[in-house]
Amino acid sequence: MIDIRDLVKNYPPKKVLDGISLTIETGEIFSIMGPSGTGKSTFLKCLIGLNRPDSGEIFLDGRNIAGNLSEKELQEIRKKMGYLFQEGALFDSLCVWENVAFGLKYLTGIAPEKYFDVACEKLKMVGLEKSEYLKISELSGGMKKRVALARAIAPGPSYLLYDEPTTGLDPITGEMVAKLIKEMSEKLKVTSVIVTHDVKLAMEISDKIAFFQGGKIIEIGSPQKIKNSANTVVREFLENCSCQAGDS
Amino acid sequence: MIAVIGEKLLALAKKLGQTYYMTASALAWIFLAPLEKKEIVKQTVRIGVQSLSVTSLTSLFTGMVLALQSGYTSKSLFNEPLYVGSVVGFSLVKELGPVLTAIVVAGRAGAAVTAEIGTMRVTEQIDALYTLGTNPSSYLVIPRYFAFMIALPVLTVFSDFIGILGGFMVSSVKLSVASSVYFDDIFNYMEVKNFMHGFIKSFFFAFIIATVSCYKGLYAQGGAQGVGKATTESVVSSMVLILAIDYFVSALLVAVGIS
Ligand SMILES: Nc1ncnc2c1ncn2[C@@H]1O[C@H](COP(=O)(O)OP(=O)(O)O)[C@@H](O)[C@H]1O
Ligand SMILES: [Mg+2]
Repeated sequence: MIDIRDLVKNYPPKKVLDGISLTIETGEIFSIMGPSGTGKSTFLKCLIGLNRPDSGEIFLDGRNIAGNLSEKELQEIRKKMGYLFQEGALFDSLCVWENVAFGLKYLTGIAPEKYFDVACEKLKMVGLEKSEYLKISELSGGMKKRVALARAIAPGPSYLLYDEPTTGLDPITGEMVAKLIKEMSEKLKVTSVIVTHDVKLAMEISDKIAFFQGGKIIEIGSPQKIKNSANTVVREFLENCSCQAGDS
Repeated sequence: MIAVIGEKLLALAKKLGQTYYMTASALAWIFLAPLEKKEIVKQTVRIGVQSLSVTSLTSLFTGMVLALQSGYTSKSLFNEPLYVGSVVGFSLVKELGPVLTAIVVAGRAGAAVTAEIGTMRVTEQIDALYTLGTNPSSYLVIPRYFAFMIALPVLTVFSDFIGILGGFMVSSVKLSVASSVYFDDIFNYMEVKNFMHGFIKSFFFAFIIATVSCYKGLYAQGGAQGVGKATTESVVSSMVLILAIDYFVSALLVAVGIS
């Protein structure tokens, strides 16, 4: 469970996160929606310690991780969390399987001889058999996302954080990534936090959605509740996005 | 006006602070995490191979032109080319070998390091390193410090030899100096401390190039354009710093008797 209380983060003069409080239950798929530049990525990076909040508390399984942490404590957080970067952030000097195995060295006690097997197994889970030796430059956008997912799940995290997992993908590949997220959540029993402005994705797979605007939560609840929200900003956002998607 | 100067000074102080932080944390991580030996070897080989042809050409022609200039100057003054080997040898070993090699390496390998790390920064690969439990200092910065500290002195010694060889070619072909005279002029007067003077300086230059190129890469921002800007700045800053530090380290070495 992640319990966030009154989280504040400023990039002066801009207030990026302005008092965010929410609870992410273990095992659920939690989506964060909102227009660009409202601090969604900033929020996600606070959860894994890439960003330090100015104030507020983040309780990860009961422990506050928002303050000053030692390197050891940070490492414990990283063991619990996998992060999927927006553009994948794959290491282009390494091949596919080396990317997937990268986190094993410092986050697990797995023996180095087994890295390759573990990488292959994870690649199979995301539907990428036989691509172990490909270079990163040889991958399509969808494949990159899947390799990045394999890399994030390889150390066996209990939380997966996704930053815009379907942005920049064609609808079919996007659909496939959505299915993978659902699958990971069920098979690995992980808690998923998804930052997205893909309304279709959020509505389809989320248990709960929070809508960000200007660094604040303006609506939070089940997909049904968001759909029926009375808030004009939310309504406008949903309408515009569904028009683009061309359905519902 | 004063506000602008103040702003610039503040920005400079911030940069110095960040550089200090990066260097200090790299030093700390040498002891905190096991050394990435594979990375060190890989980077050393890469920097050496990348730079070898350019540094060789640079020092070859430097040796050649030194022989030509000193030979003809002394010919016009004394009617014969005197001490060509000494001029070429001392200039190269003490000064031009280390400095020119460092400048070429800054332009070739230093720029490559900044571009690589800068690209990793703007594509979130540095953040990805963190989330996967790897500290960028121990994985990226330290191996490159080691690589420059190993590769640059080796390249410098190599340049010294090539330069002396270039001088030899010109002095025997164009100036008709006997080869024994040329080499006697070098080795009768050259002492180990003369060589050490240049050799020690190359370690300082390596430190500068590693610090500047890693720093500029790590703090790059703003997409591909930002990486380009960081790369240019990296080369320019390295060159200026190399030439400035060269004077002070030379003075220091002279003061302690390694001249
Ligand atoms: N490192 C940073 N330095 C300064 N400003 C930043 C930094 N990171 C993000 N911001 C600013 O914070 C705001 C929110 O960014 P972000 O969290 O990426 O938004 P989102 O992911 O919702 O599109 C943006 O206006 C951005 O300019
Ligand atoms: Mg974002």
